[in-house]
Amino acid sequence: MIVPARWKAWLGRALWLALAVPPLQRALEATMTLQMLVQIPLLALAGWWMAASLAHRPATALAAWNRSGISGLLLASLAAMLWMLPRTLDAALEVPWVALAKFLGVPWLIGMPLALSWPRAGFVVRGVFLLEVVATAFRLGWLYTVSPVRLCSNYLLGDQQQLGKTMLALGVAICVLLAWRLMWGHVAIHGER
Amino acid sequence: MSALKTLLASLLILAAGIAALAAATDGFRAFTSETARRIAVREHPRRLPSLSLQAADGRIVELGGLRGRWLLVDFIYTRCITYCSVQGSEFAQLQDRLARPIAAGRALLLSISFDPAHDAPAQLAAYQHRSGDRGAGWIAARPLNAADLEALKQVFGVTAIPDGLGGYVHNAAIAVVDPRGRLVAITDWSAPDEAARYVFQGARP
Repeated sequence: MIVPARWKAWLGRALWLALAVPPLQRALEATMTLQMLVQIPLLALAGWWMAASLAHRPATALAAWNRSGISGLLLASLAAMLWMLPRTLDAALEVPWVALAKFLGVPWLIGMPLALSWPRAGFVVRGVFLLEVVATAFRLGWLYTVSPVRLCSNYLLGDQQQLGKTMLALGVAICVLLAWRLMWGHVAIHGER
Repeated sequence: MSALKTLLASLLILAAGIAALAAATDGFRAFTSETARRIAVREHPRRLPSLSLQAADGRIVELGGLRGRWLLVDFIYTRCITYCSVQGSEFAQLQDRLARPIAAGRALLLSISFDPAHDAPAQLAAYQHRSGDRGAGWIAARPLNAADLEALKQVFGVTAIPDGLGGYVHNAAIAVVDPRGRLVAITDWSAPDEAARYVFQGARP
């Protein structure tokens, strides 16, 4: 995308703020599917865009500690794991400080490290990361589809099964997209130095 | 140099991440809020608030006045046509099972409605009758105001959400309150024997 970095940073901040507006927040937390596959990814996207604001100085200082983007991708993976637990999805609705932690943590610990690390990651690192994304989509999708027990006290069983099916579909979609890119697209072998 | 720094950073991130995940799951034991509620109650028994309930016979029951015996508590709403109706017949069967402790004044069953606006004494009485109430040792009651209901839901960790069909879905369970008036355990609503064991063994099984 050829959006100037300054605009991108503002776009990120605007998105972040918009997601925190109570009516929108409530709407995006109304179902498990919306919270997990729309709200949290949008918060991460806000963080990704906001990373443009620290494009030069801090980013280069961090780069030495983030060879091939490995540290950053690890941080994003662990933070994402935390926000995929049914318990935290529940707590984000019930406990104010958990809700705050989500609004701060997802952009800064998932979106931003991804933005700083993805361009540095080469073919192998990206491959490992994407494999894990696909595996997670299938694992959680399967769990939510077959679990006879409600895993979140604040969401209905039907909602949980809907999330499961959507995640399975998402896993398939990512696989198809990746296969297409590998066969016909341009694939960079090395990341940025 | 950069490889070593990255390794070091990654190890630190990994350690912090594992610590955060452990903290968020009570040491990898609770991945759902329901498990977390059960662990929290078991490890830190909760004192019940002192408040009054209105029973199916219209009388006022003081929660504090029920101390001195084991209380098995469940949360219901009488319009429920799904598993709450099974909860009712399970409590009726528990009346049989606990007949002796009940007669000796050592145990009591208590069903609390989380839909007090609809569940007047008449509805509560009909619910007990429908469920096969054996006559002794089972009180169905409703909180008297919204604040009391909120306090009860808070202590027992009850979450009830609209099911989209005019009813509710809630994290049904049997809560065990010891004779000192402390909530000490939450057991599966479908496993009444587990709750009964607390009464018979007089302590934590």
